[in-house]
Amino acid sequence: MTDKVTSIKIAGLGGMGVLTSTQILAEVFFRQGLDVKKAEVHGMSQRGGSICSDVRIGQKVFSPMIPAGTIGYLILFQDDQFPLYEADCSPQTVIIRPSAIDAEKLENKKTLNMAMLGLLSRHLDAPTEAWLEVIHEVLPEKLHQVNDAAFELGRQSAGE
Amino acid sequence: MERKFLMGNEAVALGALHAGAARGAGYPGTPSSEILDVFNKLGGSAEWSPNEKVAAEVALGVSFAGVRAFTTMKHVGLNVASDVLFTAAYSGVDGALVFIVADDPGLASSQNEQDTRRYAVAAGVPLLEPSDSQEAYEFTRLAFEVSERWKIPVILKLTTRVCHSGTIVTPRPADTGLATAHFERNIPYHVMVPGHARPAHRRLRQKLAEIAEWNETEGPNQKVEGSEELGILVSGVAYQHAREAGPDASFFKAGMSYPLPMRSMLEFAASVKRAVVIEENDPYMADALRAAGGIIESAPEMYRFGELDVGRVKRILAHDTSPEAVPPRGKPPQLCAGCPHTITFELLKKHNCIVAGDIGCYTLAALLPLAAMDTQICMGASLGVGIGLRHVLPRDEAKRVVSVIGDSTFVHSGLTGLAEMTYNVPPTGHVLLILDNSTTAMTGQQEHPGTGRLLDQSPTNRLDYEKVVRAMNVPNVGTFDPIKQPAEFEAALVEALEKEELTVLIVRRPCILAVARKGVKPASTQG
Repeated sequence: MTDKVTSIKIAGLGGMGVLTSTQILAEVFFRQGLDVKKAEVHGMSQRGGSICSDVRIGQKVFSPMIPAGTIGYLILFQDDQFPLYEADCSPQTVIIRPSAIDAEKLENKKTLNMAMLGLLSRHLDAPTEAWLEVIHEVLPEKLHQVNDAAFELGRQSAGE
Repeated sequence: MERKFLMGNEAVALGALHAGAARGAGYPGTPSSEILDVFNKLGGSAEWSPNEKVAAEVALGVSFAGVRAFTTMKHVGLNVASDVLFTAAYSGVDGALVFIVADDPGLASSQNEQDTRRYAVAAGVPLLEPSDSQEAYEFTRLAFEVSERWKIPVILKLTTRVCHSGTIVTPRPADTGLATAHFERNIPYHVMVPGHARPAHRRLRQKLAEIAEWNETEGPNQKVEGSEELGILVSGVAYQHAREAGPDASFFKAGMSYPLPMRSMLEFAASVKRAVVIEENDPYMADALRAAGGIIESAPEMYRFGELDVGRVKRILAHDTSPEAVPPRGKPPQLCAGCPHTITFELLKKHNCIVAGDIGCYTLAALLPLAAMDTQICMGASLGVGIGLRHVLPRDEAKRVVSVIGDSTFVHSGLTGLAEMTYNVPPTGHVLLILDNSTTAMTGQQEHPGTGRLLDQSPTNRLDYEKVVRAMNVPNVGTFDPIKQPAEFEAALVEALEKEELTVLIVRRPCILAVARKGVKPASTQG
């Protein structure tokens, strides 16, 4: 047992699937029996502006928002969003950028969010099946195959 | 029961369902909008009303039938519904009535950051403040119980970070054995003429005194044992931030923050060497504690702006009033590519119009690159403000004033403005554009009386804007599709600006997001 909280920030623009991937990430670790909190802002999210959401995982989590300087993983769906969150990172922050994914291999560019989750999943303690189970519950069936492929592409892209 | 991972709004909906609420009525407004949709999907009876005042009246009517009702709105929606709240506090209720009101400290998507706790004090109704989804669920159920026990409306105050944060909830079995709807005539309690309202006011104050006493001993307040050096008095989501910012401190968390459990709070404050009040928005608890003789510290003025977080609470505890780092600005939201509103505002700009605007996605037209909206204050103000400008501006300027309002906002608060326009006609007439995109786009494409569909998507009557406008005696009425008929639309606008008469142009084209999501077909442009 540890009181360490893992904090993950997902950042992109409205319409890139930030909220969907946040939902999946939080649900995966909720099902692992951990305390999970997520914070996001709705309303303007579909109007193309910068958006981000926070997920915090641990034995006990209080604030749903990541305190400055304690981001464990920063997942950027678009590289140019980095300056917005730079001040909240620390030397320990693992920054996961979209350039780690070979976009040519993405069957559908709208599945970048799943590829980014695949990349992140290599850093976190949950089996692939747990991720796929939630992805399949959250997304409609006709999108399963293409998103599974994107998730797998992300997993294979980690550590390059 | 099985634990669930729920957003605060989902937890409220589940709480209302398990409390056996007979009907929920509301008007969409970020961050409250999801509650009624979720309540409906869970099997509850829910409606979108034309505005928050009507929603609150419907809910009051439900409660007069002896059953449990609730109404949902954002903080500024309570301004519209406050007329109901203040006198429903006097009349009391027969079943239960809960006002679910979502504040937006930090203005994620609002025009101000008013603090709903002030309304609880002003109207004299109890207010509960959850700090996470579990409490959102529990306090929703408690709000119905308190309302039913004391026959008084209760406010459940949420904030953006409660509404839209996901946390774990363990639900309880649903309430059973609830009353069935039945009307009991009780004229002295239901008709607030002066002779009935005078004793009603005394009853209200008596109820509040009893509730305050109950709150001291049985209320949903929480103490956390900790250091005697530092005690933190806190409410709402600020509690979660403060637990992290001051892990060794003692805590008193007020779950019902009106009427406050004042004796318990003063006792707590006196039991520690340093007592600090941490709260979002106004220094409401701090002022009340000081007025009652409490020796407490409160946050410096700079922390009443914006929402709190762990870092800001740490700064408050450290007496840090140095300037805060200004976070870099991201890409601002903008009208979607292909949004029909864009054409309208480009035209208004081209013709140098003074645009009295309103609340909706189209308010984004005030920002660059369009910068084509000159005023925006509250729902429906485009009409009154535009008409006021027309009355006093020199003729050349007055002729350029145009009021612009969306379809849902027009139904919400524009109908009375239209009556004003045709009654107190400005010397140069007036021009109103109703931007009809057949949905409440801004808050997530909810239905309204102009869409012809109910909250659950089933068909109903559709308000006919053209007929309404003609019935109010507007002589010039036209309808245009801004994408298919840009030239005709522009010609009609130019003519209206020159004419010095009353003109209403209905600019009709469905929201592209609604088309993508629901397959809404463009309506006929035949007026």
